[in-house]
Amino acid sequence: MFESTLEIFSNPDTYLTYWDGTVITVQMVFLSLLVGGAIAVPLAILRTSKNRWINTPIWVFTYLFRGTPLLVQLYMIYYGVALIEGIQQTFWWTILKEAFYPCLIAFTLNTAAYTTEIFRGTIETTPRGEIEAAKAYGMSWGKRMQRIILPSAFRRAIPAYSNEVIFMLHASAIASTVTIADLLNAGRLIYARYYAPFDGFIFAGIIYLCLTFGILAVFKQLEKRMLGHLQPR
Amino acid sequence: MFDFEGYGPGLFQGALLTMELAALSLIIAFTLGLLGAVGKLSKNPIAKGLATAYTTIIRGVPDLVWMMLLFFGGQIMVNTFFDWLYNFSDGSIDIFFPFNEFLAGVLTIGFIFGAYMTETFRGAFMAVDAGQIEAGKAYGMSNIKIFKRIMFPQMMRHAIPGIANNWQVLLKTTALVSIIGLADMVRLATEAAKSTGEPFKFFIPVAIVYLGLAAISDLFFKKLTTVYSAGVVKG
Repeated sequence: MFESTLEIFSNPDTYLTYWDGTVITVQMVFLSLLVGGAIAVPLAILRTSKNRWINTPIWVFTYLFRGTPLLVQLYMIYYGVALIEGIQQTFWWTILKEAFYPCLIAFTLNTAAYTTEIFRGTIETTPRGEIEAAKAYGMSWGKRMQRIILPSAFRRAIPAYSNEVIFMLHASAIASTVTIADLLNAGRLIYARYYAPFDGFIFAGIIYLCLTFGILAVFKQLEKRMLGHLQPR
Repeated sequence: MFDFEGYGPGLFQGALLTMELAALSLIIAFTLGLLGAVGKLSKNPIAKGLATAYTTIIRGVPDLVWMMLLFFGGQIMVNTFFDWLYNFSDGSIDIFFPFNEFLAGVLTIGFIFGAYMTETFRGAFMAVDAGQIEAGKAYGMSNIKIFKRIMFPQMMRHAIPGIANNWQVLLKTTALVSIIGLADMVRLATEAAKSTGEPFKFFIPVAIVYLGLAAISDLFFKKLTTVYSAGVVKG
């Protein structure tokens, strides 16, 4: 049993396979978090609006994306994109026919929905006094958002957001089901090449574990810097 | 409108399988969660270390990796164990235990959510007033009695929001079993979508079933909250 493990991990090709998978996974998670976060900020602000016509559609969006499995969303976009009338003749098809972009779209929308709700929560719990103080200074709504509400809301969102980042990293493993060569796919390749399920998947698991701990460490530092004033003494 | 081109009954069976999976894994998760929480709060360093390692490792690795590991490696693991048993007993115990996708799915989801439940229960146990336990001891109750009559009912009140959360996530995680070949809703919808070329016709009803299950569980947990909050005065 151990000879085969030795054989697998003395072959440099193995590490290359895992490295390629890790790069794809990190890339995909990073890009979807970046774009999803950018979409979530305006949506969260609109979601706190008191106008029903503005906040209900956004609630519907977050409810649908948080209430259904990401796998279903991915399949819907992955299989659904090919069916848009006439898309195969347009230049979009060159981008969309690869699995990477439909997958990125699904991840981005999903994380945008979760992040919107996280930000909404922290925007709504901004201490009343801070807003009143800003009003007393004669700040407009825009100035209040920019100077008082958003900076404080983003800081208080850090702990919940770190969970979302880790959730996204773990959820990204399903990309391997739509032919993307991510980290889990690397584990599958090693399994198939040597018929060694334990070596293949456990090594992939260890890399995921390291990535998770890395993310946690970064957010811990960030919390220390940004939320130092809220820390128990 | 509701023409599933003959896939209707299959999809219904798939929905039943999803619920069966979710219910069975919840039972495993609940049990492991209680054990893990007791381990984490115990003074015994071995129990504490085991429980901490369990929650850290399980929660640090994606669910799909665990599922693949168990699906592809489960039979090897079981066979190795029974081979060892066979040799150990000089051939008097000869068992072949077939490991299947369903078992792999239920066990993985159960183990993963057991780790999350551990954290939920740990917090809930800590929220029970220490004076209550002392009062139980003063009445001469045994540890088991104290757990059954005092700790558990009061702990549940604090644990329900967390359990409800975990259950909602668990329900969505069951979709992953379609990847290892179990014929749940998602798997059947994928097959139907591929063969008919109409993905939305099948995926939208599946999504609606998930949303419906979430909404029903929400109602159920609201009811449960009132049951376990009996006698608590809201501030």
